[in-house]
Amino acid sequence: MSARQPIDQFAASLPGDRRSSVLGSCQAATSKRLTALADDFAHADDLRRLAARIKQHTLDHLDTYLEAATARLEEQGVKVHFASEAEEARSLIHQILAERGAKRIVKAKSMVTEEIHLNDYLIDRGLECLETDLGEFIIQIDGDIPSHIIRPITHKNRREIAQSFEREGLGAYNDDPEVITRRARVHLRDRYMKSQAGITGANFVCADSGRIVLVTNEGNSRFSMAPNPLHIAVVGIEKIIPRDRDLGVFLNLLARSATGQRLTVYTEFLRGPKAPGQPSGPEEMHVVFLDNGRSRILGSDCREILRCIRCGACQNVCPVYRQASGHAYRSTYGGPIGAVLTPLLAGDDFAAFADLPKASSLCGACREVCPVDIPIPDMLLKLRHQAHDAGIRSPGAPPMAPFAELATRPVIWRGAMTLSRAANLVPTQLLPVPALQSWLKLRTLPHWRGGEFRQWMATRKKP
Amino acid sequence: MDGHPEEAMNRNDLFQKLRASAPASPEPYPDYDDAMLLSRTGHPTDLEASFRQQFTSINGYAFDSPGPLISLLRATANTRGYCDPALFPILGQPLADAGLEVSTLYHRSRYDDYQFGITRASGAIAETGTLILTDEQTSDRLAALSPWVHVAVLDPATIAPSIPEAIKRFGSSVNIIWVTGPSRTADVEGILIEGVHGPGVQVAYLSPVLSWTAPASPSF
Ligand code: SF4
Repeated sequence: MSARQPIDQFAASLPGDRRSSVLGSCQAATSKRLTALADDFAHADDLRRLAARIKQHTLDHLDTYLEAATARLEEQGVKVHFASEAEEARSLIHQILAERGAKRIVKAKSMVTEEIHLNDYLIDRGLECLETDLGEFIIQIDGDIPSHIIRPITHKNRREIAQSFEREGLGAYNDDPEVITRRARVHLRDRYMKSQAGITGANFVCADSGRIVLVTNEGNSRFSMAPNPLHIAVVGIEKIIPRDRDLGVFLNLLARSATGQRLTVYTEFLRGPKAPGQPSGPEEMHVVFLDNGRSRILGSDCREILRCIRCGACQNVCPVYRQASGHAYRSTYGGPIGAVLTPLLAGDDFAAFADLPKASSLCGACREVCPVDIPIPDMLLKLRHQAHDAGIRSPGAPPMAPFAELATRPVIWRGAMTLSRAANLVPTQLLPVPALQSWLKLRTLPHWRGGEFRQWMATRKKP
Repeated sequence: MDGHPEEAMNRNDLFQKLRASAPASPEPYPDYDDAMLLSRTGHPTDLEASFRQQFTSINGYAFDSPGPLISLLRATANTRGYCDPALFPILGQPLADAGLEVSTLYHRSRYDDYQFGITRASGAIAETGTLILTDEQTSDRLAALSPWVHVAVLDPATIAPSIPEAIKRFGSSVNIIWVTGPSRTADVEGILIEGVHGPGVQVAYLSPVLSWTAPASPSF
């Protein structure tokens, strides 16, 4: 087999049943999204473009908005921290927990804590850190990593999950999704009630009100905060939006793009610790704003990628993601968003992920569905150039220099076109080239008609 | 801030980097009309009817008298529960009279004993069938979350027509939660299951009379 890029190698080795479960769930999610938007809005594209402009405006003034959000949060009694990279964020969070003697932690789903590998860090330091989103919980007990932003276990089937539950002592083997869910309910609520701190991400932070917005369907972020005294929200600095009012744009788009719902079941708006008199909820709230490469991306020509609201729609629609699945992207973010964000976040490690932007046919489907209209294909091209300029070679890529030579010399080109008609006389089915033969199994080579266009151009009658 | 010196440095560094990366021609804040955010159901004429319709379409139960609620609780074998003491006269009492066990105390250590929880809603959204709960008016966050059945007592006068309007009514609450249907997941093979961590059954109890009298306090 010829040399392949890492993502292609992974895709080629993906078991068939896994590929079909990823493909099926992506197709279903794509059509739900389409119906949810088209049924409800006559001009859904205008809404996407509006969302894009609001986010771009915020990014272009991020210093001002981040400062305003911080000031509001601090006024409301929230302790605000800044971490410039992953290690700093992890040790800061550990320190907050250690200072308060919190050892039993429950976590609501958050991509940014995945990005900084927070769980392992805290567990290595003797803390109990439990994922509470059903999918993330299964990922955690399996020692796996999420393969999709919204549906972390889209690569697993019910039989695998039932086996994991049995192994973990959560009941005898039963692969009924309802039974699996009920067992997780019982197991996790006991852990919520015994927890001493809850860690969440944030979907949005409104600069004008200092409101942190969190959405979950399961209610696990609510439960991660209700019984314990301490809440830590870990938030990428790009999550800011200017005003409460703008939530009307983003909440409508997020739920529909992510799961085809009109609103996510639980949409929580927090301005600080619980209200006086409220018996349940954190008395202390911390927000850790994380940079981790974002300010660098903001200074690059791919800054628009920071508009992303992590809906996963681009993953669902992407023909490459559908075949390769999320793990092929070898990072927290897979699919088109990951193909751009991962190499950018990698910074000095860019070369390790330079294959990702190449794994695209540039069909543009990702941009069409993106609720914040991110020009992902343009960015993939920019990153390909960056890899080229940095001299990073792609294994398996055919050498293009001979073609360039041919294509830039008209005389040689004309000659080659005429001569190549000889290809029609070659019995291609008999050529002992395995790659060609496997290609021909699925496709029929058309009759070669090289040079006819030139002839037609030269002889056509002008109107 | 906690006052750690590295944190102050990070903050200054970060803001400096952000200022340095500001583009030459920044995108202006777009001028938009909230009307473009309204979905197909965002222009309700009869707020209560629209709310009921949307709420029911996401598997919620809307009631306005104790009878159907009592039947539902009995039919689903959820006969022990909690009621916000302020709501006892209007709903707890009728349930207790019908033989259900109703407590006005929520003991955290017995969270599993509460099969239903009755708390107050601060409002609703007709466009999406959403219930709005706030820290200031929910007697206990856990009582609205841990029981299998959550009953939110809603004054129809507080229903907002649409999402933008509900946002305008945020006010100064420190904690607002919009609840749009029962807790749910589709993590296992995309199959929808209701009742993951929060309630599996969500009820809106529409009651226009919100002049509640002093609470009684029975307990089990
Ligand atoms: S890039 Fe766009 S479509 Fe993809 S996850 Fe982000 S917001 Fe969604």
